[in-house]
Parts: sequence; structure tokens; C-alpha cells
Amino acid sequence: MTGLLLSTAAFAVIAGAASAQTEIQLWHAMGGELGQRLEAIATDFNASQTDYKIVPVFKGTYAETLTAGIAAFRAGEQPAIMQVFEVGTGTMMAAKGAVYPVYQLMADQGEPFDPAAFLPSVVGYYTDPEGNMLSMPFNSSTPILYYNKNVFEAAGLDPDTPPKTWAEVEAFSRQIMASGAAPCGFTTGWVSWIQTENFSAWHNLPIGTNGNGFGNVDSELLFNNETVARHWNNLKTWQDEGLFQYGGPVGGNDAAPKFYAQECAMIMNSSASRAGVLANATAFEVGFGMLPYYDDVAGAPQNSIIGGATLWVLQGRPAEEYAGMAKFFTYLSSPEVQADWFEPTGYLPITQASYDFSVARGFFTANPGADIPINQITLNPPTENSKGLRFGNYVQIRDVIDEEFQALLGGSKTAQEALDAVVARGNALIDEFAAANQ
Amino acid sequence: MKRTLFRNQLLPWLLLAPQLLITAVFFLWPAGQAVWSSFLRQDAFGFTTTFVGWANYTALWADPLYLASFRVTLVFSVAVTVLAMGTALILAVAVDRLIRAGSTYTTLIVWPYAVAPAVAGILWWFMFNPTIGILAYVMKTLGYDWNHRLNAGDAMTLVVIAAAWKQVSYNFLFFVAGLQSIPASLREAAAIDGAGPVKRFFTITPPLLAPTTFFLLVVNIVYAMFDTFPVIDATTSGGPAQATNILVYKVYKDGFIGLNLGSSAAQSVVLMAIVIALTIVQFRYVERRVNY
Repeated sequence: MTGLLLSTAAFAVIAGAASAQTEIQLWHAMGGELGQRLEAIATDFNASQTDYKIVPVFKGTYAETLTAGIAAFRAGEQPAIMQVFEVGTGTMMAAKGAVYPVYQLMADQGEPFDPAAFLPSVVGYYTDPEGNMLSMPFNSSTPILYYNKNVFEAAGLDPDTPPKTWAEVEAFSRQIMASGAAPCGFTTGWVSWIQTENFSAWHNLPIGTNGNGFGNVDSELLFNNETVARHWNNLKTWQDEGLFQYGGPVGGNDAAPKFYAQECAMIMNSSASRAGVLANATAFEVGFGMLPYYDDVAGAPQNSIIGGATLWVLQGRPAEEYAGMAKFFTYLSSPEVQADWFEPTGYLPITQASYDFSVARGFFTANPGADIPINQITLNPPTENSKGLRFGNYVQIRDVIDEEFQALLGGSKTAQEALDAVVARGNALIDEFAAANQ
Repeated sequence: MKRTLFRNQLLPWLLLAPQLLITAVFFLWPAGQAVWSSFLRQDAFGFTTTFVGWANYTALWADPLYLASFRVTLVFSVAVTVLAMGTALILAVAVDRLIRAGSTYTTLIVWPYAVAPAVAGILWWFMFNPTIGILAYVMKTLGYDWNHRLNAGDAMTLVVIAAAWKQVSYNFLFFVAGLQSIPASLREAAAIDGAGPVKRFFTITPPLLAPTTFFLLVVNIVYAMFDTFPVIDATTSGGPAQATNILVYKVYKDGFIGLNLGSSAAQSVVLMAIVIALTIVQFRYVERRVNY
């Protein structure tokens, strides 16, 4: 132990001698291309001033980053900033002693910070019941539909008209398969996020009680309604017929390759897959559309909800680091930095100013389809059902959704049974969380 | 059994000290911690801790998925042990009969043991991947629609093959050594007495191979139950619908992904009890029937 302390101290001395800058650790989950862009933002910020140095550290997947951050906090070695995905929000909000709310940080450090500058659908997800913003929005996305224009044309469909409703998705898929243009109609990433949560918001259906959990930790899920059951049942039928191919649990690792290989003509996936789709779809032209809906459901389409992550500031770091973090967040919110981040990645422009900035420099006219995510999320003013969700233990509930969906596709449960199981198991997890965080 | 007598009382303890210290620090202390936290309920960050008694345990027995995980673990361990030991024995007997090139085959068969379990998992994941996998493709052309993402049987087959493949090399080495230590004179004597090749094999080899087999049985069951985490993690992550969620993987998932530390600790205590029970059973009852 003493040896460890000594070597840590020695290391600190060496690091201190090398530069008078204050280093600020940022743990994130941005791999590949996204990671490089995040590194570039940090490098630019570090070059813009001499007092602080943001050090991004890649910690694996979102779930791994959250787990690593929590373990580090328990060991007293937490990073200054941690990127947490949207479903980890409930966990972070309950950890009042661990989190330094962003609104408070900015006020304490005297940095200008206006929550009204951000998109309402983004802000709503990350504010406490009093309307204070607890974390710094960074990468927010929403699911959209990507389709293969060449296959559409070969199947005799209009390549410029994506399907609007699920009836059209089914009809188009049949036509695509019957004509032999592609062996499968559509696939999807994120069954939990896209085909369950966003599906509910898009049809203006409640995901849980207490305003989707925003009101109170003690909430219950309401997934097992007639419309979601009908949709899951359809997915099962379509899977059996081959119109739909399942891409795997969580993000659906097999979904994107099916689309890239022109096996499936359509894919529903995060808007942030845009860069990947364009890079991999070399042999065909990609079209973009909004998520499909059932046109006989009243209130559809409503608006979609966000995914992605925000930056959380943790307690217990030296005071000078907090000054640097506030400066970094101000830098991060500037329209130029925001626009340089969201334009190539496909994330949402999270501030009005960055959106205006991009419009002014002609990004949306030069890139048809790039405005679909933002239009879809702002299609209607968010209702109680469509402003997002906030439940404890939701990371595990996501797994439950995947498992029960697999049970449905595997044939051991009906759609209604699977969704009833999601609700029963999910509610037990929420109760556990409420009990542990009393 | 040969006994060594020490005149100095302190010396044996001193000689044992390093090992005892390691056991205490790396085994007894964490095990004690696990037992203690299995009686607690704690939020993820560790701010509030409540003593809940046996609540974590009663919750486990009430959870049908936990009980299902026992079944999964049983099927998985038995299948991996039988497959890994059976294949290894066949290969070992085949190599043992070789006069030339035996060492070449030995090297080739031992090779997979050098592959890291996570890498092995990824290899099998690639070959059996329903979308891009070569074996899945071959099976589709043969008329079998392989999909371990949805079919529980396919998923179990995949993890059993992936886990057993790794272990075949290890078992093979021990079987070859065991076979080579059987004196050729015994077989020759039996041949002179008029025993045929099949009779010779079954009356001579299995009994003399029993110590090796017993040792491997213990090692393989322990391997299947506790060391196959990377294979499961890389291939199926316990899916579909928990069909390959063995007990060890569930401890990891609930504790490290779900951050439910109390339940995870209770599960590892149950596992600890299983290991202790298994070891006792194996050495008390099975070993008695082995002749050294």
C-alpha cells in the first residue's frame, strides 16, 4: 500500500513538473470515428488556452464506462467528467452525493449557462423536477429509417419515397422480396430503444406511470398495452415470413451488416449511425426517412425521443479542475464546436444556435436527409408520454426487454406474454432500485 | 506416505507463510467480503447501506430465472466435460498408437490451448454468426437454419463446442501422458494370453487411466462451471433469453452490469458453497473408487 502511494506521489510529481496545466480526466464510450472526433475537440480546447488539459480516456461501451466510473468513485479515484448514456440517468440522479450538478458548477464558476439555449426535448431528459440541468448534453441521437434506394428501384418502388406507415413497410418488404430485389425487407438496431420505447413515444403511449418515471422513482412500466403487443406480434409474424430479420440484442450488432450487404433493404437505427452507413454503403445509394407508425393509432406520429449520452461532473476532485471543466463546457456549447461535432456524426444539433449555424453554412441543403432526426424529434411539442423516460435500474430493464423479445421470436412466448414479463420483471427491478436508494 | 519431521516448531509455519498469506489476502478476505455484502443492500455508489438479512437469498430462490440458471449450468457443465474429455481420449489413443509423427500431432492438438479464451470465443462467434459466419452459411446450404441469436439449442451447442474446444488440448496432454505410462508389457502379456485388441483396451487401459481421468474430471467440471466466462461473454452473452446464462455469468451480469451488489454477492456465496460441496463429493466418494 505504501509502495503504491509512494509511486503515485512520484508519478504526480513527475506529471506536475512536466506541465503546469491542470489535467482533467474525461471517461467516455466513444469508439472508432466518434472517439477520434471527441479527441479532436479535446485537442482543440487544450490548444485554445494554457491552464487546463482535457484528457479523454476511452472506457469501452456505455455500460462499461458507467460501471468503471462507479467502481472508481467507490475507490475514491473517480474521473472529473464521465459520459453516461441516457438510460443511466436514473442511476446518476439518485447518486446525489456523487454528482456535481452542471447548473451549480456553472453558477459556482461564474460561467454563462442558459438551459433555454438547448433543445427542449434534450433538456427535459436531464433536468431535475425543479427544472435544473444536472448534466451537460453532449451527444444526443434519435432513431430514423435508412433505406437502400437501388433495391427500391429494382423492386419497382419509388426510390425517393420511404415508407411512412408500418402497413407500407410490410407492403414494400413483400414487394422487395417477391421481386427478388433483396432477400429481406427490413431489420432494426436496438429493439428496446427503437421498437419499444421510441415506438411508444411515437404513438403517444405511456412507457410508465408518473409521467414515464420523471415524477417519482417509485414508478411502474406500462409497456404491455395493446398497441405495443400488436407491434411485437407483427415483428414476430414478419420474422417468421422473412420480411424482418432480427439483428441481435442491445444495439443489434448483426443489423447493420445485413443492411450494408444489401440483404435487408431497410434498417431502423440511431441517427448517429449515419457516418457508418454512408461509409459502408459504397455499392448503393442511401435514403433517409422518419420512423414508421400505425396510422390507425390516434396521436401518431407524435415525436421521437433521444438516446445518446451526457457528461456528468463527479464530486471530490481538486477545485482547480472544476474551474477548467466549466470553461470546457462553455467551449463545448459554442455553435461552431457543436456543429463540427454533430454534422459528420449524425447526432442531433442540441442547441438552437448550432442548428442555425449549420443552416447558415448550408449543411442541410448540401446533405439531404440530414434534417430528418431534428424534424422528427421536434415534430410535435413533447407530451407527458413523449418527453423521454427515467427509471431506476433501467440498464437492466433494457436487457429484460431484449430477453423477452428473444423469447417471443424463439417461439416460447406470445407478444402479450413477453410484454407482461417485461413489465413484471422491470417493475421488480424498479422496486429494488427504489429500496436501495431510499 | 512419507512424513517429514521438523525439529523446530517455527520452521514449518515460516515455510508455509507465503502461501498462507496469499490465500488469506486473495481468497479468505474477498470471500469474507462477499459473505458480508450478501447480507446488505447497497445503492450503486455505496452511499446507503442497509442490512437486509437473508433477503438477497430469499429473492434468489423466488426468482425462476435463477433456478433456470442452475439447469443451464448443469447441462452446460456436463456437456462440456463429456465432449472435452471424450474427444481428448479418442485423440490421445490415436496418437498413442502412432509410431512416427506422434509429436507433430501432439503439437498440433495442443495448439488451441495457447489461444486466449476470449479470442477462442470470438473465433467461434465469427464462424457461427448467422449473418456473416462461414459455418452458419454451410449449414444453411445443407438445409439447417442456424441461429444461435434466437434458438436456445443452437446457442447452447455453440457455447459447449467453444468451451470444450479449448479444453480438449489440456485433457489430451494428460491422457497421452497417462497412456504412455501404461507399461507395454501388460498389453503384450494380455495378447499372449489370447485377448483381442478390443478386450485388451477395455480391460487394461481404463482402469490404469483412472487416476488421470479422475483428475481431469475435477479439473473439467471446475473449468466448465467457473472458467468459461470469457467464452460465454464473447459468443452469446448469456442469451438468447438467458438460455446460456450460467451461474458465473449471472454473477457478473447482475453485479458488474446491473450493479446489484447484494444479489451478486449472494450468488457468489451460493457458488462458493457449490464448489466446496463438489470438491468434497469428488474426493470423498469418487476418489475411493480410483486405484492409484
